[in-house]
Amino acid sequence: MVSYALSRIGRAAITLLLIVTAAFVILRLTGDPAIIILGPDAPPAAYEAFRRNWGLDEPILVQYLAYFGAVAEGDLGRSMRDGRDAIEVVGERIPLTLALTLPALAFNLALGLGAGVAAALNRNSWIDRAIMAVSVMGFTVPSFVMGLTLSLIFAVKLRWLPAGGAESWEHAILPVVTMGLIGAAIIARFTRSAMLEVLGQPYIRTASAKGVPWRRVILGHALPNAAIPTLTIIGFMVGSLVAGAVVVESIFSWPGVGRLLVSAVANRDLAVVQTILLLIGFTMVLANLAVDLAYGWIDPRLRAGRAAPAK
Amino acid sequence: MPTAPLPASPRDLHGASPAAGPAPSAAPLATLRGLTVDFDIGERYVRALHGVDLTIARGETLGVVGESGCGKSITWLAALGLLGPGARVGGSAVFDGQELIGMRPRGLDRLRGGRIALIFQDPASALNPVQRIGRQIGESLALHRGLRGRAARDEARRLLDRVGIANAAQRLDEYPHELSGGMNQRVMIAMALAGEPDLLIADEPTTALDATIQAQILDLLRDLQAESGMALALISHDLGVIADMADRVAVMYSGRVIEEAPAGRLFAAPAHPYARGLLAALPDIEGPKRRLETIPGSVPPPHALPPGCAFAARCPHVDGVCETAPPPLRPVPGAPARRAACARLEALVRPPEPAPVLQRQEQRA
Repeated sequence: MVSYALSRIGRAAITLLLIVTAAFVILRLTGDPAIIILGPDAPPAAYEAFRRNWGLDEPILVQYLAYFGAVAEGDLGRSMRDGRDAIEVVGERIPLTLALTLPALAFNLALGLGAGVAAALNRNSWIDRAIMAVSVMGFTVPSFVMGLTLSLIFAVKLRWLPAGGAESWEHAILPVVTMGLIGAAIIARFTRSAMLEVLGQPYIRTASAKGVPWRRVILGHALPNAAIPTLTIIGFMVGSLVAGAVVVESIFSWPGVGRLLVSAVANRDLAVVQTILLLIGFTMVLANLAVDLAYGWIDPRLRAGRAAPAK
Repeated sequence: MPTAPLPASPRDLHGASPAAGPAPSAAPLATLRGLTVDFDIGERYVRALHGVDLTIARGETLGVVGESGCGKSITWLAALGLLGPGARVGGSAVFDGQELIGMRPRGLDRLRGGRIALIFQDPASALNPVQRIGRQIGESLALHRGLRGRAARDEARRLLDRVGIANAAQRLDEYPHELSGGMNQRVMIAMALAGEPDLLIADEPTTALDATIQAQILDLLRDLQAESGMALALISHDLGVIADMADRVAVMYSGRVIEEAPAGRLFAAPAHPYARGLLAALPDIEGPKRRLETIPGSVPPPHALPPGCAFAARCPHVDGVCETAPPPLRPVPGAPARRAACARLEALVRPPEPAPVLQRQEQRA
C-alpha cells in the first residue's frame, strides 16, 4: 500500500510540474500582453516600460526560470490590471465559487448515485427507462442551454427566483440546480452501468446462494464493487469544484473564479490567468490523487500493484 | 465436526439396489417435479427447462450430465430462486418437505447457504474480490450459525484447515486474487460447509481447474460427504467426473432429463440414443483402437425446438413417432430402476444392437 501511494504521489507531482510549464507556454503563445493591456495605439515607450516593469523583456528561458522560482515560493505575480497579488485576486473569488459547486456536488451525488442504483436494480422497467431518459437529456443539453432554460422558466416567466447576481442564497438556487442536474445525469449513467456490470458477476450469485438477504447483497457486495468505476467520474467532479462553473457563473452573473477567468483571459491579465490555471490544475491533480488512493483502499487488487481488472 | 446429527443413510454406491429413484422406504431429501423455466427475452418468454423430474436421497450423489445449455445448472438455480427476475419458474421443488418454488425470500435465504449450499464453476470470480476470505466465510457463519467475532474466526480457520488449505489463519486475511484457482474452490467449499448443509450442489466445480487439482477437489468432496453424510448434486459435462463420483446419473438434453439410471448401469449400457452417443464418443482405455464416434448435427436452440423429441434430428433410430410429441421419461423395459425418455425404447433395448458399447447390455435385457 505504501509503495502504491508513493507512486501515485510521485505521478501527481510530475503532472503538476507539467501544468505549471504548460500555463507559462500557452499564455506566452497567445498574444503580447503589453499591446492588449495598453491598447494598439500606445506610444512605443509605454510598451517598453510595461514590458520592463513585468519582466517581459527578458529572454524566455530567464522568464521561465524566474516564473518557476516564484511559483515554487508561492508567488504567482501581480494582476496587471490593478497590481494586487494575483493569489489575493483569485482567492477572494474561491468561496463564491465553492458556494455554488459544493451544494451542486452534494446534489449530484445524492441524486445521481440514487438514480443510477435505482435504474440498475429495476433494469428495463419503466423506472429505469424514465431515469435514463432524463439522464440522457441532462448530459446532452449543454450547460448554457440548461441554465438559460431554467432562468427563462423560473426567473423570467414565473418570477420565483432571481435571474442573476449573488446578493442572497436565492441567487444561488438556479446555478446550483443547473450544475446539479447535469452532474447527476452523468453520475447516474456511470453508476447504473457500473451496478449492472457488478450485478452480473458470479460473486453476486454466490452471495445470494449463501443466503445473504437481497438488500445486503446490494449494500454489502454490489455497491463496494460498483464504487470502483464510479469513483473515477466522482473524482473528476471533485476536481472541477473550484473552476468548473465558468459557463454557469457567466450565465447567472455569479462573481466566482469562473467569471474572473473569462474576464482575465479577455484582458490578457497573465498572472491572474496563470493563477487560475494552476489552481484548476492543482485541484484536478489532488482530486485524482485522492481517487487513486481511494481505489487502493477499496480494491485490494490495485494495492498489490496489479493492473486494474478489466471488469 | 460439531454438526447437528444428520440422519444416517446407507450409501448406495453402486446403484445395486432398485431403490434408486423415489425410494419407497424414506422420503427423498429433495424432489423436483415438472420444474420449468422460461426466460424473458424481451417480447416473449422462451422455455429453457421443460418439466424436470429429479429426486435426490439423503447422502446420495446424483450426477447431472449434459452439454452446455442443456439446463443442468439452471435446474438447481431455479429451484433455489437464484435465476433473477428475468426467469419465470414453474412446477415444484420440495426440499425436506418444504416447497421452494414461490417460497418467501426470507425462507429461501435461510435454506440457501444453510441446509442447501452451492459451489460454482469459476471459483476466482465466484468470490467477492474486495472482501477478505475470512470475512466471506464469516458472513455465512453469522447468517446460518450465529457465530461472530472470535468464534466466527476460529470456526472459519477450522473450515479452511478442513478443506486442506495450509496456513489457514494467514489465509483468512487474504483476498481471492492472492489465492490460486484450486485454493479459491477450497474456500468456496469451506464457505458451503459453514452452513452445515444436507445438500451440496456443485455446479461444474472442477471445470476451471487443471487435472491434478480437479482430482484433489473431487477427493475432498468425497471425503467431506463421507464425513458429514450430505447429499451431493454434482453437475458436470465431464463424464469422467460423473463416473468417478455419482451413485445415480441423470442425463439432460435440451432442457429435459432424457435418461436416469444408477451410475454403473448407465455407463455399462445406456438406453437413450443420446446417452449411447455420448458414451460412444469416449475413447476406450482397453481394447482395439477405434475411430471415436460423434453425434451428427447440433443441439437445437431453445427457441426453435421441434414439436417432437429434441434429439430426433440427430438420432440414428428416429422414427415417425418421434416427431409428433416429446417422449415422456418412463421406466426402461426390464429395468425398473432406470428411466429414459425415448419413444423407441422397446425397439432399442430388447434386440441386441451391433454397436460395440451396446454388447454388454444384453445381460440386463
